[in-house]
Formats: sequence, structure tokens, C-alpha cells
Amino acid sequence: MVMNLTKPAMPSDDKRWKIVNATMRRHGHSQHSLIEALHTVQEIFGFLDETALKFVAKSLRMPLSKVYGVATFYNFFTLKPQGEHTCVVCMGTACYIKGAPQILEAIEHIAKIKPGETTADRKLTVISARCFGSCGLAPAVAYDGEVAAKVTPAAATEKIRRWMNS
Amino acid sequence: MTPEELQKIADTELEAKQKGGHTLCVCMAAGCVSTQSDKVKESLQQAIEKHGLKETCKVKGVGCMGLCMAGPLVAVEQTGALYQMVTPQDADEIVKNLGKPPVKRLECDTTQPFFTRQKKIVLENSGIVDAERIEEYIAAKGYEALLEALTSMNPAEVTEQVSKSGLRGRGGAGFPTGLKWGTVAKARGERKFVICNGDEGDPGAFMDRSVLESDPHRVLEGMAIAGYAVGASQGYIYVRAEYPLAVKRLKDAIKQAERHGLLGHNIFGTTFSFNIEVRLGAGAFVCGEETALIASVEGKRGQPRPRPPFPAERGLWDCPTLINNVETFANIPPIIRNGGEWFAGIGTEKGKGTKVFALAGAVKNTGLIEVPMGISLREIIFEIGGGIPDGKKFKAVQTGGPSGGCIPEQFLEMAVDYDSLAKVGSIMGSGGMIVMDETSCMVDVAKFFMEFCMTESCGKCVPCRVGTKQMHELLTKITGGTATAGDLAMLEELCDVVKNTSLCGLGMTAPNPVVSTLRYFRDEYMAHINDRRCPAGVCKIGKEQLATV
Ligand SMILES: Cc1cc2nc3c(=O)[nH]c(=O)nc-3n(C[C@H](O)[C@H](O)[C@H](O)COP(=O)(O)O)c2cc1C
Ligand code: SF4
Ligand code: SF4
Ligand code: FES
Ligand code: FES
Repeated sequence: MVMNLTKPAMPSDDKRWKIVNATMRRHGHSQHSLIEALHTVQEIFGFLDETALKFVAKSLRMPLSKVYGVATFYNFFTLKPQGEHTCVVCMGTACYIKGAPQILEAIEHIAKIKPGETTADRKLTVISARCFGSCGLAPAVAYDGEVAAKVTPAAATEKIRRWMNS
Repeated sequence: MTPEELQKIADTELEAKQKGGHTLCVCMAAGCVSTQSDKVKESLQQAIEKHGLKETCKVKGVGCMGLCMAGPLVAVEQTGALYQMVTPQDADEIVKNLGKPPVKRLECDTTQPFFTRQKKIVLENSGIVDAERIEEYIAAKGYEALLEALTSMNPAEVTEQVSKSGLRGRGGAGFPTGLKWGTVAKARGERKFVICNGDEGDPGAFMDRSVLESDPHRVLEGMAIAGYAVGASQGYIYVRAEYPLAVKRLKDAIKQAERHGLLGHNIFGTTFSFNIEVRLGAGAFVCGEETALIASVEGKRGQPRPRPPFPAERGLWDCPTLINNVETFANIPPIIRNGGEWFAGIGTEKGKGTKVFALAGAVKNTGLIEVPMGISLREIIFEIGGGIPDGKKFKAVQTGGPSGGCIPEQFLEMAVDYDSLAKVGSIMGSGGMIVMDETSCMVDVAKFFMEFCMTESCGKCVPCRVGTKQMHELLTKITGGTATAGDLAMLEELCDVVKNTSLCGLGMTAPNPVVSTLRYFRDEYMAHINDRRCPAGVCKIGKEQLATV
């Protein structure tokens, strides 16, 4: 398995592909490393595009359809580029009970997009998620990956407005 | 690592502690980090330097102290003083008052029932040790159980102690852990695996996350003991990708344990070898189900398959596989250290030991608690939890997440264990406990969980894939005020069909939130259907709905 006579060329001379390769190499390019490889791609490129999916498929000697099937099965993976900022609103039970729907509504109202969408100027992506595990501090919102606790619709609006006007 | 070396690490740690001075423990678990405890920690460090106390005082990060809603929390190790809602600006005052009576303004009362009514086994080190230093875990008797198992017990004796303890799986179903270990030990196969289920899919639960962030070595030790008992030399921990801090702490802990020879080849000079790798989940609730989880570790789409064969016989790569929950493994080291009988002496007849709950929702003290099995719901919610805030009235408590149910006031005196919760139409689940007050509409809550199951259904079987969608549509009609009595009858029938004909637990339990709310809050359903009115004022019906369209 480790014999990599047919190892595909990197999609570009972007050095970051080497990190993706390293993840697959660590697992001997075996097919069970698919999810780990996709995690690496998403971590460094922000999303999974066709080039990346094809590269991973070739490297692991799997049909693209299988790779695509896995990439779309899991919610954590995204096939679309994200905006400059991301705002993830937790809609888990604890946050739901404590007013997360009102926060999301307020954000939708000023950003004029629905969860899963990105604004036309690519400034902001809004996502609704299931529980960050900060339920004791509900409702929680993650701004660019940083979780904020006990968020109010007003605080969220304020933050989003600042981003959109920056 | 030899037993003497292990002892030496513990002694060195304890000696350093005896030296006097002060240690400020800052909670660095995810809850407090989201209220900027990392900045508080930095400021405390600066304040110590500023006051020239570097020789006698130090700051360390610890795991969750439980009362997450009052974070960031800071404790003084030597005096037990606890400070709440600390800001970086408070650092100077805290440091200046070390050795004097605590700063009144910031003090958190540690004599309140929240702290005194708990019983800690799984969380014994949580909020006390620095999760990033293996030495502290060792000083707290860490890896002693592994040493004892490997050097003075045979695998069957280990399993026997676990059986004797009466420990049942903490991942939801409550299967006897000793029995499962025995089955995997007996299963034939050249290779066997141990998997730790840290997928924690219940939205509103964070017990496993907290254990992994606050005391990761405990889980590694539990897994290694399990590996010895069942004859496996490779373990995997499957953790949600949404828990980056837990993943980081685990990976660091594994490296430290390897460096100290507590994982890897010939542990404690015995013939036993055990390695652990972390595998990331990717946001699919169904991957908490054991066969789906195994498919996911194999790099595939996480879809369940029919059982039998059970993973104990054919699991990962078709090899016998032991799969247990994070909290289940976390209970193992103390059971081996203190003996199964000690554990069996805690709790109720059919529910031994303690249970960790993530207390959230409409309750004053939200956070992480550990209580003996058999404690009443009222004690949990009104004493430990401090009751319902803002003078509101208790309506229901939800346990078991999307597979569980809502329990009304009439059962508050009930002793909590696996069987009593099942009897009232809920389940123990993994430990999510969400309190709801009069402002929650129970039909809306049922719809919320149905929406969850509908989107998380993996689509493999028809009753779950189509049934959850239809039930969601019916619930939407009810909350929209357009449903008829016929719709309700249809909903009840669907509950039955989906429950009885789905392939995996997700589908089989998806109707539970509807069934339990129909059982105890039927009047709320009827108000929506007959009077086109939402008693809690949550659902937008009639005029209000027209106005917003
Ligand atoms: C839909 C579904 C989701 C589940 N999610 C989890 C989970 O998040 N964590 C967990 O430990 N067990 C979960 N389980 C239970 C596991 O299948 C399995 O029973 C458990 O991990 C066994 O460990 P235990 O015996 O220590 O409880 C889930 C089951 C189902 C059907
Ligand atoms: S037909 Fe639809 S439901 Fe059936 S397997 Fe294909 S995608 Fe899944
Ligand atoms: S019950 Fe639902 S989640 Fe489980 S296998 Fe069937 S479709 Fe998938
Ligand atoms: S429910 Fe929102 S963080 Fe858990
Ligand atoms: S996260 Fe700090 S007390 Fe729970």
C-alpha cells in the first residue's frame, strides 16, 4: 500500500497540498483515512472544492463518487467557500429554549440571508449548528470560531453590523 | 515506566504542593474559555509578577468546576476560596488578597447545595488537576489502576470487578458493562479493538466534552484497562469535530502517556501493549450509534447496519470490538482502584454509581453536575439547580435528548435511575437534562426534536426517512393552528409505525418526544387544534401569523 508509484501530482504548487498529503501518508494512503484527509483539506482551505475531492480520490485510489458521497453525508464538511466572517448560531436544545431562534431571526433580518448562505459581498456566512457543548451558557454563538456565551439578539446584531460595515 | 518511577512522579508533585504559597486555579474548560477565562489567566499571571510573588504564587489552568453559568471561575487551591464571574480587571485585587480573607465582591458560596449535594467519581479531578500535565493526574492516583490490573490481576479478574461493580453503559442504553467486556474477551479473533464513543450527539449535553477536556488521562487509562481485559492492543476515540479543545487535550494527553510509557509497547514492563488514536466525527448525529460509528472510523458514510452481529463479535474491520461511552471508561480506574464492591455500594439496586448530568435550560445553576443514582429530580432541579429563575413556574424536564421524553411536575419526587426514567416514558440517555418553564410550548418542543431527527436521519430505511418527515409536517400543522383531529390520530399512528419498524435507535426512538408530550401535555395539543391557540404564546397562530406573513 505504501508503494506510491501512481501518486497523483499535486493540484497546484500551493504548499498547503503537502499537508494534505502528509495526513494521507500517515495512514499509508489507506481508504479509511478519507475522513481525516477531508478534515485536513477543510481546515487549511476552508472548504472542499472539486479539485480537492478529485485529488483525495486519486490519492486514495477511490472513485470520486464515493469521496463525494462521504463529503456530502457529513454536515461538518462544506463544499462551498465561506464568507470572510462566519457566524454560527447554536440551535441545540438548551440554546433553543433560551431564545436562539430570536437571535437567528435578528441576524437573518439584518444580513438578509438564511442559514447556510453567504452574503453577496462575501463578507458573511451564517450557519445554524447543533450544540457546541457550551449549553450551560446558552444561548451560544460562534463568531469566526470563537464561542460567545449568553448572547442576546441585540448583541448579535451589533456584532454582525460591525462586520458588514467593515 | 516502572512502578517506582510512577510513585516518584507522584511524590515530586505532592512535595511541590507542600511547599506552601498559593496556587490560583483558573477554569480552562470550554465553557469558561468562552467567557474569556484565558484572558483572566493571563492577567493573574501578570499581577503575580507585578507584585513580585513569582516565587510563592502560581497560576494553573484546570478543568470544569461545574458551575459554568458563573464563569470564569477561579479557585485558590490552598484555601478553597472560589471566585465567580472574574474579569481580567479583577486579577490585581485577587492577587493582592492572597493570604487574606477572600475578596467578598467576587466570592462564590461553596456551601450552597450545588456543591455540597454532589458526589464525584467521574469528575473527582475535574476543576482540580491541570488537564495538560500528566504529572498532576499521576499525583491524583492516576494510572495506579492500570498498574494494578497489569501486574496483579489477570484479564478475567479485571472483567469480574467491572461486573461486580454493576456499572452500566453511560452512552444511553445502560447495557451492563462487565457483560459486554466478557463477550468481547470471549469472542474469537486475532485482532480486537476498543472504541471510545465521544460523539455526544444529544444537542444540549456536554458531559463527555467536559470529561475529555478536564481529565483526559482518566479516559485513556480506562480504555487501556479495557484493552487488557478483552485482549485488544489498539484503541480509537471518536470525538466530534465540534469539540476542538477536547480533541487537542486528548491528542496531547496521548503523546504524554506514550512518552511516559503508559501507552505503547510493554506497558509497565509487561507483555501488554496498547495504542490509542483519535478519530474525528464530522457532524452526523447517527454516528453516535455504534455500527454507524464503526463505519465512520473506517472512513465511510456513517450509516447503521442491522445487528446482530453485534460489534462485540464483528465490529471494526469485522474484528471483535468493545465500544463504550466516555463516561463509562471514566468510571473504570476508580472501580479497579477501590474494587467493584465499593462502586456497587453507591446508587440504587439497578443503577449503581453516579451519573453526570449537563443541567441546562430554565434553571438557575446551569452547568455540569455529578449525583448518585437514586437522587430525586426535585433535588437536582430545585436544590442543586437552585430552581427556576425569574419567578417562573416549572413545566417539564427533558432527559435523553431526541430519543427521550419530557417529564412533568408530578414525577419530581421520583428517584432517578435507568428504570424509573423509562417507566415515565423518558430515558436516562447520555445525561442531557433540560429544564423548561411555562414559557416553553410542549408541542413546539416536540416539533423541535422531530425536526432534529428528520434532518439527522441517515436515509437508509423508509419508516425513519419518510416517517420523521411526515410527523414533522403534522407537527408543523398543529403549531400553525391548521390541524384537525384526524391529523392528530395520524400522528399517533405514525409514532407507532416508526418506532416499530425502523432499523436503528435513531428511528426507533424518534417518536419518544411526541409520545411523552402527548401523554402529559395533551391539553396543549388540543388547544392548538381546537382553539387555534398556543397556551405558552410560542407558536404564531392566526392573527399573529397573518401579520408576519
Ligand atoms: C442515534 C443514536 C445515537 C447515539 N449517540 C451516542 C452518543 O453520542 N454517545 C454514546 O456514547 N452513545 C451513543 N449511542 C449509543 C451507542 O450506540 C452505544 O450503545 C454506546 O456507545 C455503548 O456504550 P455504553 O455501553 O458505554 O453506553 C447512540 C445510539 C443511537 C441509536
Ligand atoms: S434512492 Fe434515495 S434514499 Fe434510496 S439509496 Fe438512493 S439516495 Fe438513498
Ligand atoms: S432508523 Fe433512521 S437513522 Fe437509523 S438506519 Fe434507518 S434511516 Fe438511518
Ligand atoms: S445547546 Fe447550544 S451549546 Fe449546547
Ligand atoms: S467550564 Fe468552567 S466551570 Fe464549567
